[in-house]
Amino acid sequence: MKEELEKRIVKGPDGIEFEVEPLRDYYCEAAPTVMPQAYSKIIEGFFNWARAESLWILGFGTGCGAIEMRPLMTPRFDAYRYGVQWRPTPRQSNLFIISGYLSVKTLKRAIRSYEQMQNPKYVIGLGSCTINGGMYWDSYNTIKCLDDYLPVDLYIAGCMPRPEALLAGFEELKKLIRAGKAEGANQYAENFEWYKANQKKVILDWDMPDYNW
Amino acid sequence: MAPFKPFQDDRSQYPEKRADGTLDIDLSSGKYLKLWQGPQHPGITGNMSVELTVCGDEVVEGKTHVGYLHRGFEKLMERRTFIQCFPIVCRICVPEPDFNEYCYAAAVEELAGIKVPEKANWIRTLILEMGRINSYLMYLGGQAGAFGMGVIGQWTTYVRDLMLDRFEELTGARIYHMFIMPGGVRDGLPDGFEARMEETLQEIESTLQDVYEAMFCNAIYKKRAVGVGYIDPALLDSYGVTGPTARAAGVAKDVRRDQPYLVYPELDFEPVVATESDIYARSDVRRRDLLVSIDLIRQILVRMPKAGPVMAPLPNVLHWKIPRGETYVRGECSRGEYGYYLVTDGSGYPRRVNVRGPSYTHAMALLERFIVNVNIADVAGLMVSLHTYPPEIER
Amino acid sequence: MRELLESLTTPYSLTDPVEQRPDLAFVTAGRGQLRPLLMHLRDKEGFTHLVILTAVDWLEEGEFQLTYLLSDRTHGRDIGVRVMIPRDEATMESIHDIWPTAATYQRELREMFGIDFPGSTRLNEDFILEGWADIPPYRRDFDTLKYADETYKQRPGRETRDPAQHMKEQLYPDGK
Repeated sequence: MKEELEKRIVKGPDGIEFEVEPLRDYYCEAAPTVMPQAYSKIIEGFFNWARAESLWILGFGTGCGAIEMRPLMTPRFDAYRYGVQWRPTPRQSNLFIISGYLSVKTLKRAIRSYEQMQNPKYVIGLGSCTINGGMYWDSYNTIKCLDDYLPVDLYIAGCMPRPEALLAGFEELKKLIRAGKAEGANQYAENFEWYKANQKKVILDWDMPDYNW
Repeated sequence: MAPFKPFQDDRSQYPEKRADGTLDIDLSSGKYLKLWQGPQHPGITGNMSVELTVCGDEVVEGKTHVGYLHRGFEKLMERRTFIQCFPIVCRICVPEPDFNEYCYAAAVEELAGIKVPEKANWIRTLILEMGRINSYLMYLGGQAGAFGMGVIGQWTTYVRDLMLDRFEELTGARIYHMFIMPGGVRDGLPDGFEARMEETLQEIESTLQDVYEAMFCNAIYKKRAVGVGYIDPALLDSYGVTGPTARAAGVAKDVRRDQPYLVYPELDFEPVVATESDIYARSDVRRRDLLVSIDLIRQILVRMPKAGPVMAPLPNVLHWKIPRGETYVRGECSRGEYGYYLVTDGSGYPRRVNVRGPSYTHAMALLERFIVNVNIADVAGLMVSLHTYPPEIER
Repeated sequence: MRELLESLTTPYSLTDPVEQRPDLAFVTAGRGQLRPLLMHLRDKEGFTHLVILTAVDWLEEGEFQLTYLLSDRTHGRDIGVRVMIPRDEATMESIHDIWPTAATYQRELREMFGIDFPGSTRLNEDFILEGWADIPPYRRDFDTLKYADETYKQRPGRETRDPAQHMKEQLYPDGK
């Protein structure tokens, strides 16, 4: 465990000493809960329509796929016309694109980013390497099967997929959301123990609490 | 005019140094703060993070952390045959993959004693220059974006897309071209390629003029970039600095001229040099280098042999064994010296491949030194100005 | 290049000179000769730029080969200095005081090959891997496929074929 995460006595600027235990004091320990449906089916349908029309992507390029994000943000492909935009922080975004292979070190950060996102939230796996390892099927440092670690709503295959494929993927995701089938976040809350066990199996130095939003 | 050097080591007297030379930073004193930048992309620098210790608005210590994109290429290549390595090498560096293909192919050809046809060398040079333009256009957008000018990125990414169209026409792929095979290149130029290329080049030139007026003549950009991130030319060799970063410090380091490869000896160009060695000079060197590349592509398209083979006969690649030997092949990519160190042991697999990316030295030792005494807001701009791509650090 | 090699061979007792290209040569130096040789090359011969520092694992011979590749820009030439160190006692003198950038290379070698460079800065911090407990991954006796199969769940349905065998079956389906 890193030094700054250990329990210690800290002297504040005003001279008063107090105890800090970062893992308990800086993080929330409450496990995620399943988000219930709205009280009426029509209202839920309306919510889903609204969610589908504003996909805000977390700008975390986890692998090579991030290079095709830039053309999507610029005039040639212009994903903004579909209500898709990129946000710099997990708090403001509801779609996490895992853009390629995840090394174990990035997986840890990706899990933290995902857990910091607000519900409702969706995950797209981009590229063959998120599906079955792709080119890196025998690599010792990349995960092979993304949906063991994060609830994936949609995969876009290819190495690497063209921007048009991404646009088509966004349209597919919108259909899923409108049909009420993109329930990844609830799935994550329901099978929380299973996901955590999988994550801890590959992340060797787990120095954070189980749930850290 | 003498170069303006505002940020020197003695600018701030804090933090004091201990007897063993380390910085005396007591985080619990409330005077210092730890700030992590990354691994979410700050600008276009890719997945790496900088652990900053700041005092007020000023960075007193910076540590870089890499490894977020490690896939173990050098290990994976040891268990792939020589021809199976060819499709994976380009994945090492995403924005400019062609250098991996060229350096790997050239190293294999040298050890296996294969002579590449003349026309293939011309096409290789063309591809490498096109890749350089791509990479620089990406950089210009990122550099402007780091200083808050998002519109430059919109323009340059658009013209980069036009260049990707030419790539697609030539190789069939936008990003990973897998075109420069050991032995030559996969194909010749398609019909009418020269005319369409000329159109694209003109479009890029006109955009560059706009970029020059909107970015390089902009008072805000000048205020933020001139004098920031000064690199002393005396330190270039000890920190292994190459490419545009070295050329902006007044040293005309350019592998294309120092140790010419492919058809560069026959082409007419001069390395672009500046002397100020700050962020502005580095971006300006890259902008002018882009114009050089455009000129080179025009020269290549005119002087390229019209006919001839593009592929040397290879042995049966399924049973291809290369005798024991070692070599190092280098090229000048858009960020500096790119090289492959290849060791073979007489079997059908490489014994060891080591990739030397320019970012390896730029983003680690150099950045850690030059990030000190910079304001937090300038850190992103400084990182981008070194033009680093983390995948080539950790492979 | 040849004169340079000849002038260096006797004072530094170099062996196995190989002139790979007119501008690139490789020589083997003894473990203790490395520092004076590098200093001589840097200060007297103009090889001021450390291009790479890397290792090759010769598992069969029980040795690591360290390669220090230096470049002389003014004459456009390179020299690679090989140093063989035993595998079971993999320690080498650090050169981070000659080239500060060597500290990064040494950190990588420490992590990926398990070669120790006492005194190098930030040597024992994690560089690329995080919490790695197995043997260093770039060593030849580390089997990446075995490790990946044991650690990560592979998605079923993926087929791996031997290329030579597969091509034979495709081209000669009747087995001739």
